[in-house]
Amino acid sequence: MSNTATETLSVVVEREVPFPPEKIWRALTQPHLIEEWLMKNDFKPVVDHRFNLRADWGAVDCQVLAVEPNKTLSYTWAAYGLESVVTWTLTPTTTGTHLRMEQSGFRPDQQQAYQGAKYGWQQFFANLEQALARTD
Amino acid sequence: MPDPHDILFRSLADPTRRAIFERLCRDGEQTVGALTARAGVSQPAVSKHLAVLKQAGLVRDRHEGRQTHYNAQLGALAPLIDWTSQMAGFWQSRFDHLEDLLKRMDQ
Repeated sequence: MSNTATETLSVVVEREVPFPPEKIWRALTQPHLIEEWLMKNDFKPVVDHRFNLRADWGAVDCQVLAVEPNKTLSYTWAAYGLESVVTWTLTPTTTGTHLRMEQSGFRPDQQQAYQGAKYGWQQFFANLEQALARTD
Repeated sequence: MPDPHDILFRSLADPTRRAIFERLCRDGEQTVGALTARAGVSQPAVSKHLAVLKQAGLVRDRHEGRQTHYNAQLGALAPLIDWTSQMAGFWQSRFDHLEDLLKRMDQ
């Protein structure tokens, strides 16, 4: 899952989901549905569209990079000065969909990333944990 | 006292220095001479980069006769790997929420 490459770090989460790609695509691209599993947002499935993901612990600035309905969705993900790219890939299977999320970024030559790494992400996750604890 | 994370990220910011570190990760222990032959910069420059990497804990040196050998210290990358494990945890929980939502959604 984690690798030691210094150029780019990536996080991959993959699951077999017992639903067709079309249904998952709706959950990934309709703002009121995104809000239910991720965060409040003003997402639109339009390339170059800028949007925010918002929670009471902060916001993530995003911009849509690629949209291929029911197949691929990619957007930038910038929080606390740390830039990365989130890419969703939906592959139909006999029982549903293979859903893959890859978040890659954090090139150490990005000046902003150091600042993010220094204080941003620790804060990000501390706040996130608090937020999650409150919703339990 | 500088923040150790800051030193780590600054050390890896320079592309030449990062290339030296990556070479050590990939090919194992090497001398300054061997690293210079492929770095595209002078030996004093390579030595300077190695000193920065050493300060960040990213490499360790070993003297043998007149040669100094350098080793990559992968453990020093832990703060970067922490980021990936934290994000992985974040997304795993979001996937859980997503699956819950999919079960509730109309077909």
